[in-house]
Amino acid sequence: MMDRRSFLRKLLSSLALSGGILGGFLRVLPAWGQGKEESAGKLWGFGVNADKCIGCARCVVACKTENNVPMEPFFYRTWVERYMIPNEGEAIVTNIHMGLIPEEEAPSTKGILRSFFVPKLCNQCERPPCVQVCPVGATFSTEDGVVLVNEKTCIGCRYCIQACPYGARYLHPETSTADKCTFCYHRLSRDLLPACVEVCPTQARVIGDLHSVASPMTRFKRMNKIFVLKPNLNTEPKVLYANIDGEVR
Amino acid sequence: MNPALIEKLHELLPRVTGYIYPNEIEIHWGLLIVVYPYITGIVAGAFILASLVKVFNVKEVQPLYRLALLTALAFLLVAPLPLVSHLGHPLRAYEIFLTPQTSSAMAMFGFVYAWYLMVVLLVEIWFDYRKDLIVWSQEETGVMKHVHRVLSLFSRDVSEEALRFDNKALKVITIVGIPSAFLLHGYVGFIFGSIKANPWWSSVLMPIVFLFSAIVSGIALVILLYMIIYPLLGGEIDMKCVDKGMSFLFYAVIVDFSLEFVDFLHRIYQSEEEIKILGQLVMHKIFFSLVIVQVLMGMLFPLGILAAIKIFKRFRETDELRRLLYFVSLILIQGGVFATRWNVVIGGQMFSKSFRGLTTYKMEFGGLEGLLYTLGLLALPLIILAVFLKVLPAWKEFAKPPRGTEA
Repeated sequence: MMDRRSFLRKLLSSLALSGGILGGFLRVLPAWGQGKEESAGKLWGFGVNADKCIGCARCVVACKTENNVPMEPFFYRTWVERYMIPNEGEAIVTNIHMGLIPEEEAPSTKGILRSFFVPKLCNQCERPPCVQVCPVGATFSTEDGVVLVNEKTCIGCRYCIQACPYGARYLHPETSTADKCTFCYHRLSRDLLPACVEVCPTQARVIGDLHSVASPMTRFKRMNKIFVLKPNLNTEPKVLYANIDGEVR
Repeated sequence: MNPALIEKLHELLPRVTGYIYPNEIEIHWGLLIVVYPYITGIVAGAFILASLVKVFNVKEVQPLYRLALLTALAFLLVAPLPLVSHLGHPLRAYEIFLTPQTSSAMAMFGFVYAWYLMVVLLVEIWFDYRKDLIVWSQEETGVMKHVHRVLSLFSRDVSEEALRFDNKALKVITIVGIPSAFLLHGYVGFIFGSIKANPWWSSVLMPIVFLFSAIVSGIALVILLYMIIYPLLGGEIDMKCVDKGMSFLFYAVIVDFSLEFVDFLHRIYQSEEEIKILGQLVMHKIFFSLVIVQVLMGMLFPLGILAAIKIFKRFRETDELRRLLYFVSLILIQGGVFATRWNVVIGGQMFSKSFRGLTTYKMEFGGLEGLLYTLGLLALPLIILAVFLKVLPAWKEFAKPPRGTEA
């Protein structure tokens, strides 16, 4: 027979153990484990107005230069897609490679109803799948809403690259760690604009604090109808698009 | 910078069809990550086969029991190698243990692995061999005496009571082991199945499909090894045992096939946004490995053979014919399961997440991601198994080496 004292002790310890396991389990389960409380500070958002983009890809060059992205056509923190919507059939999409590879002959414009450019970059999701899957926590969300990679702890497993629905990540061939757009976090923290925003000749790219009423982002949201990419995946992007087409994925 | 990589990517450029995001040209998880689920699958499957004996009391397959356990252990030891080898920073692999991110399925690998190795496999093997180890170490001379004595952890108790306890412990561990084996491989399926960005992977059925193909590959490999090793040791293959094992394999293949068929049907019927590009993927990129190797050669053809043996008496008349047919089906099934892993891992990266284009995988020969290294990784567990069988004979009838032959 078990006496009362040892029964209670066993009961308590097993409760504590199962509570710990259950607690750990609940912490593991939800994707919204990543969600953070609203901070009093800034929340960076990015606006892309496709109607203003002329496809010059100066943003791409500026980004590669600013962030030490290899000048090869396989690694991009930001890139520009050209969409051509034909009268019938599938949209024709190409990447503006800025001469890094012999540019394919531009598709014939015959039968094309309209065309437009879409700059792409990391969407800095509010619920980032890349952060969720990183086994070592090397990819993380900052308080002001930017997803960063710590290249000192990234083990290069590439799970985040697989998990990103937008193809925004690549493995940097020099560091062998994951890399992607940071909104030029190093510049933001010194009150500078991201390189791509800085050089865009048509102001197709806008950055600002989503919390602030006076920020360019608030104006962007007020003046445009807003879309985000792949909303069905519930990643809650903070890169907002104006004037893009349903064809854009 | 890695010039070889850049050159390889340039070679791939002309082979891209349609539009892919520019970062997508590189297939990030290559041959090594194909091998990883294949190996863990064998671990899980072999253990399930062993559990048939202990938990479900299927006496016929007793000759496979120890071989199954040792096979599982040999493959489990090799399982982390492909993973670590493919990391951009292999020397940082320990970070997964030190600072695991609890929301990451991959971070759980270390814990699932350690649990399976320490709590399930090693303990089960120890309890099963304990009495034999004691007996052997008493009878033997030379190095093996000491090896066996150390392996028995210096236990000496062979009393009735102790043996009864061994048996009880074995039963408990196996009962714990079955869900653990499910966990081990279900978890590998979850790594792929939980990626919502990738419609080829993202499926609730993924862990279950992985599990059943694991059971198929594990059972098939153990029977195959038995049919090769046992005669080599000078024994006569126990056809009752093989028949029973093949019978289980037959049903496992049927379940596996049905699950994958349901998955296929479901995708076709739902016909979501990605169906077009997945159709192109299947028809143009992985037709051979999916339709021919995985489904026809790896499932339907062996199922046909096994069904014929079950139905027609003529196939059962001679052991010789049956052995041959079994042998062929086992090899085909192995190839089929390997193709399954290939189609999941490589296939899942050959289409763009823009659903507009396809890229190509070019296998290398040398190097860490190459064919040669992979073949080495696949051979390594067999070498380890050979050592295990030397130290821990799986069949008692060959346990005692003739005296005086020891070097």
